[in-house]
Amino acid sequence: MLATENYVRKLIEENLRIDSRKFDEFRPIKIETGLIKNAEGSAKVLLGDTHVLVGVKLSVGEPFSDIPDEGVLIVDTELVPVASPTFEPGPPDENAIEIARVIDRGIRESKCIDLEKLCIEKGEKVWVINIDVHVLDHDGNLIDAGALGAIAALLNAKLPKYEDGKIIREETQGKLPIRDIPIAVTTGKILDKLFVDPCLEEENAMDARITITTMKNGEICSVQKGGIGHFTTEEIEKAINFSITKGKELRKIILGE
Amino acid sequence: MTKVGKPEKLIVNGKRLDGRDLEEFRPITIEVGILKKAGGSAIFKFGGTYALSAVYGPRTLHPRHLQDPRKAVLRCRYAMAPFSTTERVRPGISRRSVEISKVLKEALSNVIFFEDYPKTGIDVFIEILEANASTRCAGLNAASLALAEAGVPMKDLVSACSVGKVDGKIVLDVANEEDMYGEADLAIATVGGEDKIVLLQMDGIVTKEEFMKMLELGKKSCAEIYKKQKEVLKEKYKTGEEDVSD
Repeated sequence: MLATENYVRKLIEENLRIDSRKFDEFRPIKIETGLIKNAEGSAKVLLGDTHVLVGVKLSVGEPFSDIPDEGVLIVDTELVPVASPTFEPGPPDENAIEIARVIDRGIRESKCIDLEKLCIEKGEKVWVINIDVHVLDHDGNLIDAGALGAIAALLNAKLPKYEDGKIIREETQGKLPIRDIPIAVTTGKILDKLFVDPCLEEENAMDARITITTMKNGEICSVQKGGIGHFTTEEIEKAINFSITKGKELRKIILGE
Repeated sequence: MTKVGKPEKLIVNGKRLDGRDLEEFRPITIEVGILKKAGGSAIFKFGGTYALSAVYGPRTLHPRHLQDPRKAVLRCRYAMAPFSTTERVRPGISRRSVEISKVLKEALSNVIFFEDYPKTGIDVFIEILEANASTRCAGLNAASLALAEAGVPMKDLVSACSVGKVDGKIVLDVANEEDMYGEADLAIATVGGEDKIVLLQMDGIVTKEEFMKMLELGKKSCAEIYKKQKEVLKEKYKTGEEDVSD
């Protein structure tokens, strides 16, 4: 174990965090939307020193055969080499795939996008929503930053006009049908201590993490545990409480309240 | 959401489509040591879900740059056979299988004494030969037994099961239709049948209270799986006179 990892663990044992935050405190969050003009929707999220850029691209394609009357949602994450000395060029590895799938599940399971409204012609043509999470600077907790960016970019997105089988990107037919705001909150665990929004040093030192995504009404729509350590029931209940309280706070930031 | 072929009700008079009670497992079949070449192997079935796991190693890890001079490295591959589902599964890796392999590897890593075998690799392969939901749980149960049979030093066994919310009710061991048309499903695994949760994934909408209920049922049921796994191992290694019971 590296010296920093030992140090982070020792601090946590003494109820301290390396960046002197409280255990239930997120790093400062800044969200800007609409920065990428060629994307139908975009959002930049700064979560402390973690920096992600999320683009939403809309196109017309075929629906899945088992859900012929709904639009299609696809989430991808790229851990591009600019973001960290540990990221290498090439196809997404298991970490990138896990991040993308956890963000995807939060959005999909919350049913926050009214996908039925994105059907153009049943069984033939539907809108395809591509959410691409581009990590630009990795200082930990990419799931929460990416999920914030994804929902912010969806809220920012404009649906182009579609006429005679062609997408007219210059003209829009309004916003995407978004009816909820799912928020992912990740809780890290070191020894028997739990803390939200792990930074990179904490991520490298932690035993396990759990990401719980909640909706406006406080209900849970997705859970993912990661890492080698275990959680007890009591710890999971505490993490749920973190997710519900923090979820409310982060939702306000998204809405600019 | 309109979906093709959704049954009107998944629970009728307290019974599920396959006749089970809400908190009842499908028939569980366990076999250990069924493959000749593998260091350890096991089959685990939840009704129509059929998982086979084989363990190779600890063995010298190649390529060498993957070796860890202090401990063994665990690699895990979860894959579905092309004929395991109604629609053929494309052979090879998918994003789903990469994610499942990762979480299963993390769950198993909790119990293995890696320091005993520096520079080596332990390979856990999980093949889903027939899928009727809860495949990752069946796969993890099989893998845990295969590791034990391979003689890999472990703190304890890992035991997994699934819990769902179907027609507003909390149910154990989710089957196909319940997975497709139910409100939520959760995969859980614990160590040694105790309150040590090493795998936890859920999708679908539930309240906190429902989630805690699902967790309780899952934990209790993992302990049942643990008992069954241990019985099978004890039976397998029973010698004539020796008393192997606790």
